[in-house]
Amino acid sequence: MVNENLVKDAVKEPYKYGFVTDIETEKIEKGLNEDIIKLISQKKEEPKFLLDFRLKAFKKWKKMKEPDWAALGYKKIDYQDIIYYSAPKQKEKISSLDEVDPKLLETFDKLGIPLTEQKKLTNVAVDAVFDSVSIATTFREELAEHGVIFCSISEAVKNHADLIEKYLGTVVPASDNYFAALNSAVFSDGSFVYIPKGVACPMDLSSYFRINSGDSGQFERTLIIAEESSSVSYLEGCTAPMFDTNTLHAAVVELIALDDASIKYSTVQNWYAGDEQGIGGIFNFVTKRGKCLGKRSKISWSQVETGSAITWKYPSCLLLGEESVGEFYSVALTNNLQQADTGTKMIHIGPKTKSTIVSKGISAGNSKNSYRGLVKMGTKAKGSRNYSQCDSMLIGDQASANTFPYIKSQQPNSEIEHEASTCRISEDQLFYLQSRGIEFEEAVSMMVSGFCRDVFNQLPMEFAAEADKLLALKLEGSVG
Amino acid sequence: MQSKMKELDPILEVENLSASTDNLPILKGVSLTVYPGEIHAIMGRNGCGKSTLSKIIAGHPSYNITNGDIKFLGENINSLEPEERSQSGIFLGFQYPIEIPGVSNLEFLRVSTNARRKFLNKEELDTFDFEELVKEKLEIVKMDHAFLSRNVNQGFSGGEKKRNEILQMALLEPKIAILDETDSGLDIDALRIVASGIKKISSAQTGIILITHYQRLLDEIKPNYVHVMSDGQIIKTGESDLALELEEKGYEWTDNFIKET
Repeated sequence: MVNENLVKDAVKEPYKYGFVTDIETEKIEKGLNEDIIKLISQKKEEPKFLLDFRLKAFKKWKKMKEPDWAALGYKKIDYQDIIYYSAPKQKEKISSLDEVDPKLLETFDKLGIPLTEQKKLTNVAVDAVFDSVSIATTFREELAEHGVIFCSISEAVKNHADLIEKYLGTVVPASDNYFAALNSAVFSDGSFVYIPKGVACPMDLSSYFRINSGDSGQFERTLIIAEESSSVSYLEGCTAPMFDTNTLHAAVVELIALDDASIKYSTVQNWYAGDEQGIGGIFNFVTKRGKCLGKRSKISWSQVETGSAITWKYPSCLLLGEESVGEFYSVALTNNLQQADTGTKMIHIGPKTKSTIVSKGISAGNSKNSYRGLVKMGTKAKGSRNYSQCDSMLIGDQASANTFPYIKSQQPNSEIEHEASTCRISEDQLFYLQSRGIEFEEAVSMMVSGFCRDVFNQLPMEFAAEADKLLALKLEGSVG
Repeated sequence: MQSKMKELDPILEVENLSASTDNLPILKGVSLTVYPGEIHAIMGRNGCGKSTLSKIIAGHPSYNITNGDIKFLGENINSLEPEERSQSGIFLGFQYPIEIPGVSNLEFLRVSTNARRKFLNKEELDTFDFEELVKEKLEIVKMDHAFLSRNVNQGFSGGEKKRNEILQMALLEPKIAILDETDSGLDIDALRIVASGIKKISSAQTGIILITHYQRLLDEIKPNYVHVMSDGQIIKTGESDLALELEEKGYEWTDNFIKET
């Protein structure tokens, strides 16, 4: 009826971050082979162990097949038609932010991530990644005073090779899956975080990923290590320009928490989603996993996924340490022809481990939104517990929502609880709010925020406000 | 009739209104004028079009006006959005108030009140000022503060939902309130609370339309006029004693009016 169209229109919103920065870049030739991998490694002046790591991963990747089990449909990716390294041309060695190309600083300014000393955000340290390289990391000295290392992974390879060699690929081995193998072979940059024993990181850490180039993929790699009794809250944001081609983004994130350590990892993903006809947009194939290695350690993922043409992402927890805790809080919004297949894996290995999954999927337009999750209780996971809640909200009558919960238990003395629900924003609900003077779009946004509240409550404060606004923007006009 | 009132301009004028949903005619030429200070009761069997009339005045998108006009304070509002009607002072108390999961009652009431205040060029209230205002209004419907922290109408009993409607009316201070079977599902104590709330909120400047099946609400709030609806039309209008007569003789009695007209 009348409101059906209104609902559809409210999901249309021009993408604010679709601009391209006109900057001279250094790109290597298209395609993927051993020489390309050697070239990337050489450009980054990497130690031999890392080149070996890359080449081994590449060998594995060549033998693997692109997974097709997800509820996603897309044109086959031509991996030889992608540029695997693209970096803005800059001076060889940059010693301070003053030497960074003003165009790059301006780009991050426009994205709301000011980097310069005068303007930088006061309560959060930022690592800004542009295509294949990290541009700048703020608050490094302040963090260093606490022994916290926060830098690009390229720098970590140079300055903290021991930590990289010890931990890289220990949570997500190169052979884990097709996209993880690809990333392991060609990853260019990303963030590295090390929180020493007993330190509560004094401020939030954040990485901002910007894809600028249309024909190169982004393959970032993030590694976070929280030593005994330490804690950190890490935020991640991502945007990309509007191109009518698809850009591949295949990242790997590894988290390691030792005894009594806690890592909170929050993402607001707003890659370009393609246009209303589904042309263009980022293909987002990401492997994120945390290892609760220590006793009573805790890893908490929260994500707000609103962008990308395709999202394939399952931030997971390996719960090894006794009484360790894994959490996954997710909001995934799809509109137009977007497709998302996202969820989590909670692998309970140690005894008395606990996990919580709260997933909220919102599908509008002709989009497809699937939750896929695995909860596994291993033989030693005695006294472990899981609670999962998966809710879907449909806007309009063309969108679809699926839930695929997989449960495997090898331990009778453990508990798994799963709840799921599906709802649709009804015309009566909208009319009720409207008849109380609340504008149509605000009414939709109130209901969507209400639906997502359990997840938003888990986000750091500024992030929660941003996420709320972002969802409202994305839905604007889909109900108009 | 009371000619004194007619010197004032009417609040609401429904003129020969016909409306349909899915091409099915529901209203077939309804006319109704409400002046400031007046209380009108509309009675009639289920399905006679009473609720539809109230929804159309509030702007429900499922109904199409096929003929006639609705004027509010002299202006035609046929094409106004529901939120514009609410902001300008039309209030519909729902027969079945809708549950809105995830949205807190307090926030809902505040956003709603501020939308009306904005229209009236009054300062919008922040959370603290709104708390003060809402506390005062809670007294009127004898509701506990705890209602505010719950989700809109979710898990409310029938009586609580109806009181929440009257609380909204108290906050919005409408020019005209159309209360659709606000009395149904209420026990006698709740009915008294609701009725006294309505009386407190209404004034010589406001109009009220009570849609009801029963005399018991009209015992509490005495209407100036009673209209009987049948098959999408008002078939008889009288003063408050018409309701008593109707209670006594039943709706079968009104079937004769249709035959007469």
